[in-house]
Amino acid sequence: MSMTRQAEPAVDTPPAPGPKQTDGRTVRRSPALRLLARPEVGVFLGAVAVLVFFLFAAPPVRDGSSMANILYQSSTIGIMALPVALLMIGGEFDLSAGVAVVASALTASMLSYQLTLNVWMGVIVALVVSLAVGAFNGWMLVRTGLPSFLVTLGTFLILQGVNLAVTKLVTGNVATDDISDMDGFGQAKALFASSFDVGGVQVKITVVWWLVFAALATWVLLRTRYGNWIFAVGGNKESARAVGVPVTFTKISLFMLVGFGAWFVGMHNLFSFNTVQSGEGVGQELIYIAAAVIGGCLLTGGYGSAIGPVFGAFMFGMVQQGIVYAGWDPDWFKAFLGVMLLGAVLINLWVQRTATRR
Amino acid sequence: MDRSSHPRSRRIAPFVAVAAAAALTLAGCSSGSGGKKAEEGGADASAGKANTPRMKVALVTHQAPGDTFWDIVRKGAEAAAAKDNIELVYSSDPNAGTQANLVQNAIDQKVDGIAVTLAKPDALKDVIGKAEAAGIPVVGLNSGLSDWKDLGLLEFFGQDESVAGEAFGKKLNEVGAKNAVCVIHEQGNVGLTQRCDGVKKTFEGRTQILNVNGTDMPSVKSTITAKLKQDSSIDYVVTLGAPFAPTAVQSTGDAGSEAKVATFDLNKELTKAIEAGDIQFAVDQQPYLQGYLAVDGLWLYENNGNYSGGGEQPVLTGPAFVDKSNVDAVSEYAAKGTR
Repeated sequence: MSMTRQAEPAVDTPPAPGPKQTDGRTVRRSPALRLLARPEVGVFLGAVAVLVFFLFAAPPVRDGSSMANILYQSSTIGIMALPVALLMIGGEFDLSAGVAVVASALTASMLSYQLTLNVWMGVIVALVVSLAVGAFNGWMLVRTGLPSFLVTLGTFLILQGVNLAVTKLVTGNVATDDISDMDGFGQAKALFASSFDVGGVQVKITVVWWLVFAALATWVLLRTRYGNWIFAVGGNKESARAVGVPVTFTKISLFMLVGFGAWFVGMHNLFSFNTVQSGEGVGQELIYIAAAVIGGCLLTGGYGSAIGPVFGAFMFGMVQQGIVYAGWDPDWFKAFLGVMLLGAVLINLWVQRTATRR
Repeated sequence: MDRSSHPRSRRIAPFVAVAAAAALTLAGCSSGSGGKKAEEGGADASAGKANTPRMKVALVTHQAPGDTFWDIVRKGAEAAAAKDNIELVYSSDPNAGTQANLVQNAIDQKVDGIAVTLAKPDALKDVIGKAEAAGIPVVGLNSGLSDWKDLGLLEFFGQDESVAGEAFGKKLNEVGAKNAVCVIHEQGNVGLTQRCDGVKKTFEGRTQILNVNGTDMPSVKSTITAKLKQDSSIDYVVTLGAPFAPTAVQSTGDAGSEAKVATFDLNKELTKAIEAGDIQFAVDQQPYLQGYLAVDGLWLYENNGNYSGGGEQPVLTGPAFVDKSNVDAVSEYAAKGTR
């Protein structure tokens, strides 16, 4: 699908004289329709719909601090949904993303605590470990040619087991020790888990990072050669390789990008809650993938955007917290969430179908 | 060979450099406060060792990986095993079918006793019957208070979740709470629902239920914040697991709420928070005791034919309240991960 997008300029270069001009394939669609055909527009409309719905259904949502809370929840999903989306555009996905977050937090926490180091040492080593896990995923995938489902399912199980076993081995418990009184904690908390005041509303710093990363990812995807490579390897790996795209590098680096995201969210969890339970994170990978898919990324690769998953994650946070703000029967919580998300995806799909129909 | 050795050494060189640099920075980057160095190692309680013949006992639970609670149960069981000259085989799976297979595995190993949790009694009925047919004594712990006798278990060690909930509700009355929210971190868990129901039964104020996603702390935090914003008259947050209580305290701060936090279950961080007054009280079902007594009960039966609870009544390990008045006595053990 990406190929059609990139080929667009080439289509209208020949002046194409003669009567055949109106056979439909070369007709330029109206700007409105072309806008609608962008992957993020459907989810944007879905997010707006959900937001408007809850503004009416749940009065507390209208409050600024409630919106800050919704954005916070969305940002912790969204920061991970971004690299997960890029990876998905590149034609792969990562089931180990949820436990990778916890693995990173555990590494940083245990290293600092057990060796009594400045916590920044733990943070740096955790980054190296997270990137290494990503590189391992990508390397295995490229070397063996196995589907990413299998490779990352393996990593998922390995990390889950290692998280538990190593934590138990090192700390004697299945949760890490409190590191909040150690050197460097305050600085790291300021970077990863602080909040600031905007007109009397406490906004979490993760919201800022989320938007910064989203802007960065959008720029990379649309304005750089690397962005083209991502679309190309996700669209058709063989033809991408044939035209000189470094497929191996692109795939491995995309997995490492997910590793970076896992590290960042892991550090947020650690410096926000001081300790980490080794069993956490399981199931989160599906939420990241869901946010990316709702955000207009195809599970088959080659199509999507970086801004779409931002709205996808926002929709997830909005629905999840909106149900609580509305004070609905909590037994139905998951069912509400599912119905809302499915509805949003359908709106998304409908918009895209309408827009791409001639 | 010559040709290949050169590039290889070049490839290794950066790693060596990084490792050396890391070692240097490590040396100069230690933390002046906190960390392992600040923790004083307490000597483990040692109560001698039995000289009875070596036994093999299996403990099979429905623990999900990485849960602090079950870790404490296991430590209790291990302490009893060490004292009673028992080889302990621990296994667990939250899936009832798999847990039944693990019990079968213990039978196949011809163990001398089995301790099992009955989170889903029906799924374990058959396999427990097989163990009894094979002459292996079986005791229950933690979950299954209403089913252990029907399944023919020797004895049961645990907390009645409803009773614990009711005690919690009474305590809320004592401290003058009016509107409490009960935070369920695993939707559909029977024990957790029973706790909230128990609270509702005795608490004279209003009790609301809130479901949160227990595997994602930021999500837990925002959802509790959302609930406190939705109903600003909430004055008590009741969490059902120790790790969620400190998160609930953060949520009250975020929501600008005056609500206080109390919880079921205990751990190291929680005793500190109770000392500091951030968390009001915790109900402790003493998981260490559950693991310890289950293993020790099997030993007593084997060596002296004893039945704890007389074969009629369960042995209750909770609810024991920990609050500011008695937290000092408990925190020492919580620090070691046994309370």
